[in-house]
Amino acid sequence: MNALRPDLAVIAAHVDAGSSALDIGCGDGTLMAALRDGKGVDARGLELDAGNVADAISRGLSVVQGDADTDLGDYPAASFDYAILSQTLQTTERPDRILHELTRIGRRAFVSFPNFAHWRVRCSLMFGGRMPVTRLLPARWYATENIHHVTIDDFRALAAQQGLTIERSWFLKGDRPMAPRAANLLAEHAVFLLRR
Amino acid sequence: MNAPPRTASLGSLSLESGAVLRQLQVAYECYGTLDPDRSNAVLVCHALTGDQYVASTHPLTGKSGWWARMVGPGRPIDTDRYFVICSNVLGSCLGTTGPASEGEGGTPWGMRFPVITLADMVRAQAKLIDHLGIERLHAVVGGSMGGMQVLSWAALYPDRVASAVAIATAARHSAQNIAFHEVGRQAILADPNWNGGDYYGGEAPTAGLSVARMAAHITYLSEAGLTEKFGRRLQDRQAKSFGFDADFQVESYLRYQGLSFTSRFDANSYLYITRAMDYFDLAEAHDGQLAEAFRGTATRFCILSFDTDWLYPTAEARRVVHALNAARAPVSFAELSSPFGHDAFLLESTEMDRIVGGFLREGA
Repeated sequence: MNALRPDLAVIAAHVDAGSSALDIGCGDGTLMAALRDGKGVDARGLELDAGNVADAISRGLSVVQGDADTDLGDYPAASFDYAILSQTLQTTERPDRILHELTRIGRRAFVSFPNFAHWRVRCSLMFGGRMPVTRLLPARWYATENIHHVTIDDFRALAAQQGLTIERSWFLKGDRPMAPRAANLLAEHAVFLLRR
Repeated sequence: MNAPPRTASLGSLSLESGAVLRQLQVAYECYGTLDPDRSNAVLVCHALTGDQYVASTHPLTGKSGWWARMVGPGRPIDTDRYFVICSNVLGSCLGTTGPASEGEGGTPWGMRFPVITLADMVRAQAKLIDHLGIERLHAVVGGSMGGMQVLSWAALYPDRVASAVAIATAARHSAQNIAFHEVGRQAILADPNWNGGDYYGGEAPTAGLSVARMAAHITYLSEAGLTEKFGRRLQDRQAKSFGFDADFQVESYLRYQGLSFTSRFDANSYLYITRAMDYFDLAEAHDGQLAEAFRGTATRFCILSFDTDWLYPTAEARRVVHALNAARAPVSFAELSSPFGHDAFLLESTEMDRIVGGFLREGA
């Protein structure tokens, strides 16, 4: 596997070989291809953008063009070993419903997102008084796809509220793994593995 | 090497209606070379008024193949790589057994020809594939009614289809689909020349068939496409004639489409094939559960729709995709953008080329 985005590398490293996975918001299928080629995973994808879908299909991947906000209800319960949602939760209309669907469709679910409580974001808001523009959040407030910013603690609270079990979590700082201590302040990025 | 014979005699065929066709003939064209292990065959299925000349010159019209832009050396359905087969469907009129063929007693079948279904068409094709010594197809590909055959192939012969590409199609005919077909059939039946289907050797019901084609042709185009192509522009005149000539360009165009169609198609074939399409509902045999038609399949699917196609709209394609997902089949789906309505599947589409080419190439 070559140069996967760091959160995808974490997910790819922890998916069981020979399992099945639904990658929601799979982009051009980079993670799916890595899972298929590296671990023999039966990977399926859901992606909104037609160009990305065409890229993924022409790589031999099974990808359906569709919208996570409206189309997840069509997938049967527990139909995949894993449901994967990488850097997409904060772009959805109703992240709470998405998380519910994710843990219904997948026996387990991977969720990764940029942490809006990272100290740089906090400083930017506190001292600049403006919506932060950082390395992981590069778009301005009016142009960003991220319509529901979320922090690590917010996500933990939502998981608890839905009665979900967090099996594992990983935190990233400058694309490198970091210890979980004070993650809500120090981590730029989080990856969670959950189940119902 | 001699060119393969273009018509195969395939014995008898039992039909869904219970009738039996004793002498099935299937006309077909082939392109490319069959591998020694016979694993690179791709069956292309044609639409309602299509034919086996997918990538070769039509013998009656002299026009190039209807999907020559998709099938050929280096094309998405690459004849340097695949052995491509296209056969004239059961009930049609270019060499395969249909109502214009000679029936028992030495006269054309006419309306004594049994009513056929999409499944019957596919079973006839399967006999041809047997005849060619091919056990498993690398892929079955088709648009519109060709896509219905693709879905039927996958449902009837899951072990014989590695990959399936169904474009601009549906798993059932809607009330609107049936309604438009009924308009066309009534136009044919109302033509005095139709004569109960017994017109061979005399005047054919060209007026009725022409109107049927005109009505159908409208459903193949989008409103925006028609507006862009014709608007309200007048045909070869400066002012309205205050009569019933083809004042408007769109009228002239439709009349031409209708008339030229009658030189290459049989009116009775049009009745039988539209009937087969109207009877088509892949979920019917499974208590309405479309997923059951694909239960346990190992076939890979690629389903494509076009955003301006209102004949077989994206919603119908999505219904197929949902069923395939529920059956845990490997399925890909994309809605492609085109201004040309249902006809888009026959026209230039770089996205369609890229997806179909890649999907077939990556198929195991």
